[in-house]
Amino acid sequence: MKVTLNIWRQSKASTKADFRQDGKLVRYQLDHVSPDMSFLEMLDVLNEQLTQQGEEPVAFDHDCREGICGSCGVAIDGVPHGPERGTTACQLHMRSFQDGAVITVEPWRAAAFPVLKDLVVDRSAFDRVVQAGAFISVNTGAPQDANAIPVPKADADRAFDAATCIGCGACVAACKNASAMLFVGAKVSHFVHLPQGRVERDQRARNLVAAMDREGFGNCTNQYECEAACPKEIPVRVIAELNREFVRAKVREEPVVDKGRGGDG
Amino acid sequence: MKLDARIPSGPIQKKWDERRFETKLVNPANKRKYKVLVVGSGLAGAAAAASLAELGYQVECFCFQDSPRRAHSIAAQGGINAAKNYRNDGDSIWRLFYDTVKGGDFRAREANVYRLAQLSVNIIDQAVAAGVPFARDYGGLLDNRSFGGAQVSRTFYARGQTGQQLLLGAYASLSRQIGLKAVKMFSRTEMLDVVLVDGHAKGIVVRDLVTGEVRAHAGDAVVLATGGYGNVFYLSTNAKGCNVTATWRAYKRGAGFANPCYTQIHPTCIPVSGDHQSKLTLMSESLRNDGRVWVPKKPGDKRKAAEIPDDERDYYLERKYPSFGNLAPRDIASRAAKQVCDEGRGIGDTGLGVYLDFRDSIQRLGRDAIAGKYGNLFHMYAKITAEDPYAQPMRIFPAVHYTMGGLWVDYDLMSTIPGMFVLGEANFSDHGANRLGASALMQGLADGYFVIPYTIAGYLAGQKAGSVQGNRPEFAKAIGEVAAMQKKLLGIQGKRTVDDFHKALGKIMWGRCGMARNEQGLQQALQEIPALRDEFWRDVRIVGGEAGINQSLEKAGRVADFLEFGELLCRDAKERRESCGGHFREEWQDDGEARRDDDKFCHAAVWEYQGPGKTPTRHQEPLTFENVHLAVRSYK
Ligand SMILES: Cc1cc2nc3c(=O)[nH]c(=O)nc-3n(C[C@H](O)[C@H](O)[C@H](O)COP(=O)(O)OP(=O)(O)OC[C@H]3O[C@@H](n4cnc5c(N)ncnc54)[C@H](O)[C@@H]3O)c2cc1C
Ligand code: FES
Repeated sequence: MKVTLNIWRQSKASTKADFRQDGKLVRYQLDHVSPDMSFLEMLDVLNEQLTQQGEEPVAFDHDCREGICGSCGVAIDGVPHGPERGTTACQLHMRSFQDGAVITVEPWRAAAFPVLKDLVVDRSAFDRVVQAGAFISVNTGAPQDANAIPVPKADADRAFDAATCIGCGACVAACKNASAMLFVGAKVSHFVHLPQGRVERDQRARNLVAAMDREGFGNCTNQYECEAACPKEIPVRVIAELNREFVRAKVREEPVVDKGRGGDG
Repeated sequence: MKLDARIPSGPIQKKWDERRFETKLVNPANKRKYKVLVVGSGLAGAAAAASLAELGYQVECFCFQDSPRRAHSIAAQGGINAAKNYRNDGDSIWRLFYDTVKGGDFRAREANVYRLAQLSVNIIDQAVAAGVPFARDYGGLLDNRSFGGAQVSRTFYARGQTGQQLLLGAYASLSRQIGLKAVKMFSRTEMLDVVLVDGHAKGIVVRDLVTGEVRAHAGDAVVLATGGYGNVFYLSTNAKGCNVTATWRAYKRGAGFANPCYTQIHPTCIPVSGDHQSKLTLMSESLRNDGRVWVPKKPGDKRKAAEIPDDERDYYLERKYPSFGNLAPRDIASRAAKQVCDEGRGIGDTGLGVYLDFRDSIQRLGRDAIAGKYGNLFHMYAKITAEDPYAQPMRIFPAVHYTMGGLWVDYDLMSTIPGMFVLGEANFSDHGANRLGASALMQGLADGYFVIPYTIAGYLAGQKAGSVQGNRPEFAKAIGEVAAMQKKLLGIQGKRTVDDFHKALGKIMWGRCGMARNEQGLQQALQEIPALRDEFWRDVRIVGGEAGINQSLEKAGRVADFLEFGELLCRDAKERRESCGGHFREEWQDDGEARRDDDKFCHAAVWEYQGPGKTPTRHQEPLTFENVHLAVRSYK
């Protein structure tokens, strides 16, 4: 099959307030695309062609190519990870497109995720949010036997559903406010359904919300675009849980100590 | 090269206690004066970095991905072994030890394997305490499944994404230490050399993959946890970035490389669909708990699977290995698949495939039960192949998956370079010639959480903290060499792309040194690889410069190393004139079963670099079996 690509090219890291000045869409034509190729394999073919012509290949993040590492992430025709629900860009196959399709490929757009080059963005804000408290403060050593505290299967399953987040950032990219509520909600939900995680629930909720604000993520206005874009189909209920945990932490009126990062180590 | 494994004396059950007792300690107040450089943030690296920081050491941690959470461990699917015996089905530390030594075809070091089995139980406790949501039963207790090469159910799992959940646990602990400023994390940073000062590893050279800056970091010890080298075959189940660069460059600085020819071909992967293919996708071994492997009895039978009646199907694993059946170990299952395909009974357009069929278990347990256990794997299969595995059997074929070889380490996980420790898939230690399923996660975490925190103290206690700083001339020299290599690569301006060379290398490796190997083919590979390497250095084309993000340059460095390493792998395969585990030499077999030669080859082969263009030296670490009887490995 044939496809025409409009790909965002940007040679240097974003600097300007208006991203449109940092780069531009460039048109490429590919004539021999197999429907069995993944979207990223199609980009590989383009990059081979560009290299042969002495042009710089398109930079994009990827690693596992099986939908689990969360590296890949591009907006395809304006939709994070493209048209298939519950599917990362690396697992999207060209058979999802028409022969002759014109496809626009852009990086995530969010103030907290500055573009570094072409389709590559800086998502380290997510890491810093996690560093603020998305963990259980347990040192390596000899904790009690793993079966000492039974966890009802339903709770374990709810924790698991939230823990499937791959940290790709599609939720932020899909949100008109560039909010990270789905991501942060997933972290909070993962821990709050496990007895081991409940000990630190108050400071976790507070610290994560503070970190999220510090990183410049926007507010949630209940558009639920994040849920639709999430390749792991994390449900928006985690946002409700985050709100509940945050309010609960407030009501319990412990002194608000935002240690910035690190929890209480 | 001196190979002293430094195995503690005494009975095997006491060795690890013995070592922990005799190892020197670093006093808590002094720990913060030592800096440890941890390269890698997978299970081994993240667990090590977090644990060392908790103890009080200063830690710097490096990974090439944009976040430590994306290390390749994230992709592990099926599970992690531990001798918890929660099923009461006869498991024990001894049995896990025995299964692992036997599974590795008696080519691993007994003492290390025993320690691994001992530590396995702590890993599960640690992971649960850190919030890893393992699968549970309705009573709220942890669930288990079975994996190949074992007759007990000892594998803990988190649906089909055990690796992601375990890594998120280790990453959370690491993140906590980063937040506490006990670990400095350097993401998007690739290690390109180790720096030796007076023969000890005291630093590394890295490239900042965003700015292009090449710089050095100094420390008191270096820990490599950089994963396996399966991508030397180009197509593998590994993530695209997996590479041999860190360990290869350490080898060129004097670290012994052990058993490079021990590569694992996993029996259940989605078959290759075309030339565009950039990687192969694993279908977890756990599927063989409920899936049955078969091919038609008649060669060339092109009927659809559903049209082939039961008595015309050959469930060849059940037939050949009745006591383990579909859960025969990986090397054996892969070889059996190759055999039936060689007989012309392979399925699919290419004839390079076998069926993995869930029809019977769906009938027995219901579709929902199967979806509950393997839903994400079935989904992934359907995405890639556009076929519905609930309605028709999966098509699978073996693919390169894991590498048992790696840098040689002693019992303390120290390489032949003093001060350089190697953990996880990057070392050679525990799996011999074949790794059992669900044992790599176990090993990475055991190394990182529970071994290195003790053993590194034994080394550091003999070193003056902060004795080496980055202003020593060795650092500037190493930086200069890395920069010069980059300049050279960029200056070639030839005609062929990096991927093109990588694919060509992969074809040689798979053809000559894949599932079956022989003297003549290996001999040919030893000519073809250097020729390809010369061509690479004459004709590769990399567009762009040193500065800023340049993914072609990153890849070129890795492929340049694969082009050297591939030759060593083939040389090792040629010199090991026996069949064992994943290393199958056609000349040594009994009807398709591997035939070891214990008289000549009951040792680890350890290669020492001798300089460019020179043949490396092969050393031996003899393996002695005092607790497990050296026997023909049988799964019948
Ligand atoms: C698809 C798949 C499924 C698997 N499933 C299972 C399973 O179910 N059970 C099981 O036990 N095992 C499984 N394995 C094997 C297991 O996942 C790996 O062996 C294990 O995770 C390796 O962990 P590691 O910490 O040693 O290395 P990795 O997780 O590979 O981490 C390597 C780290 O090193 C860094 N690195 C590498 N090179 C450099 C460099 N030059 N400079 C800087 N950083 C560098 C990387 O950034 C990364 O952080 C599976 C493997 C695959 C491919
Ligand atoms: S490359 Fe890993 S999720 Fe797409």
